[in-house]
This record gives sequence, structure tokens and C-alpha cells, in this order.
Amino acid sequence: MKATVLIRPKEGILDPQGEAVGDALRTLGFAVSGARVGRLVDVQVDTDDPAEARAALDRMSHELLANPLIESFTIEVGEDA
Amino acid sequence: MSDAARIAVVTFPGSNDDGDAALALELLGAVPVRAWHADLELPEGTEGVVLPGGFSYGDYLRCGAIARFAPVMEAVAAVAASGRPVLGICNGFQILCEAGLLPGVLRPNRQQRFVCRDVTVTVESTSSAFAGGWEVGQVLVIPVKHGEGSWYGDPDLLGELEARGQVALRYAEDVNGAVGRIAGVTNEAGNVLGLMPHPEHAVDPLLGPTGGVPVLRGLIEAALTPVLPG
Repeated sequence: MKATVLIRPKEGILDPQGEAVGDALRTLGFAVSGARVGRLVDVQVDTDDPAEARAALDRMSHELLANPLIESFTIEVGEDA
Repeated sequence: MSDAARIAVVTFPGSNDDGDAALALELLGAVPVRAWHADLELPEGTEGVVLPGGFSYGDYLRCGAIARFAPVMEAVAAVAASGRPVLGICNGFQILCEAGLLPGVLRPNRQQRFVCRDVTVTVESTSSAFAGGWEVGQVLVIPVKHGEGSWYGDPDLLGELEARGQVALRYAEDVNGAVGRIAGVTNEAGNVLGLMPHPEHAVDPLLGPTGGVPVLRGLIEAALTPVLPG
């Protein structure tokens, strides 16, 4: 089944890419007071059990997909993903 | 120093400073031996390790995040645990941080630009195995070339590193937004050093500054006289 991990720079962590994107949006005339850029990883997990998929994604995120020093992550499984 | 130090230089897919690292070590009297990311063991008689600069695995996901799972990394971790020296340069530094062998993480440069120039770094601590020939306050000019070299650790971590003398090298000016202007840090035991500047590019006066010599000599001397846990 399909599952998705959304990885974000932790609150308070400087995000130069997000700042550049925010600046560009303001330059285009959008009323924007901030932007943060993260990462999205779609994973096709070999299981039909949502709980199992979620647990697997949680391990993947801790081990590889996110760096806990600077990033937080949320997991979406199945219909939500 | 009867025998020359045998230093393994590890090549990952995307490494591009492995050749220069080997040449520089040879110039300074060591014997570089090449290792491949898929090797399960380092060459026999390895006394020290260099993880060179480059863009291992295309810098996918985060710099160094995938290389840390390369088969050779277990052997590198074993060298680190044995007390023998491990030096990570640029991408090698990123890999060692991702692998948890060094504290903190390297992030995109504050200025969102690749920085490629000679920088001045100052020796901040001589408590590591690499610092036999260093003096606190010593100034080294070494080139940097990186887009993601901004070292980050939270204030607590930074305080601990400063207190324990693990901040080995500091930029004289702000180069990339690194917390504490950190250019190089060591592990607590002092036998693993990572730095963003490229000492292997700064060993020959014909080609520019020679600030890399004390760094690589430090590695070579640490390889010949390792502080092995008793």
C-alpha cells in the first residue's frame, strides 16, 4: 500500500531555501510572511496492514529519511497518503 | 616513525577528491591504500582512514545520508572504535556526522550559494589525536568548496563540544553560517576528525596555500602512534 512521509525542517532551524522561496514569492507580489521547504517521500510498502505500514515508515524515517537533529516528520498511510 | 603510515582512502560512487587525498598523503610520506565503498573490510594493515570529498550517491536525500550505510562503513566504524584515526573531509565530514561518528550535521550554506575559495581557519583545540604538531591559535589557510557545509548543533551540544575541546578548527570569518563558525570537530575520544576545508588541496606551495599540511601530518602521526584503548 502507499504511504507518505512528510519531512520538515524543525521549528527554529534556519531554512535558507525556505527564506529564498519566501523572498521570491514576495517579489511576485504574494502576501507571504514566511515559507519553509521540506521533502516528501512516497513509499510503496509491501503490506496491506496500515498499522504495519505506519510502523515501517516510522522506522525508515528514524533510520534514513529524516535527520532527527534538524528535521521532524509526519506519516500518512493508505487513503490519506 | 620507522615505517610509513598505511592510510586507507575510501572511494564512494561520486567521490571526487579521493585521488588528491591519496596524492597528498604520498607527498607527505604516507602510503595511501585505496578502498571501495562496497568492501566489507579495509585493506590489510590499515592504520588510518580518509573519507574524501565529493558527492557520494549524488548527495541524494541529505549529504552523506546514504553513504553512511555503505558496506565499508562498518569497517570504518571499527577503525574509529579501535582508537586509530579517521579523517573526514567535506563529504567525508558529512558522512561521519550522518553515521553518528561525529556530532552535529552539515546543512545548506546560509547564503544559499556554493562557496569555493581559500579560507582562514584557526586551531581552537589541541586535545585530539591529530593535533600533535598543532598550536592553539595557529592559523591555516585551506580552500573550501561546498554548498552544504554549514555545521549545526543545538546550543547545548555546542557548549559541550567547546568545553571538551572538540571544536578543532574554527573559521576566522563567517563562511557558510556554521554555528560557532565551526570548520572542524572531533569525536569525544579525539581520534575522528571532520572538516569542511580541503587539506588535500593545500599541500604543495606551487599550487597555493599549504595549510593542509599540519592536518594531514596530524593524521599520519596519529596513525603511527594511535591511542589504542587499553
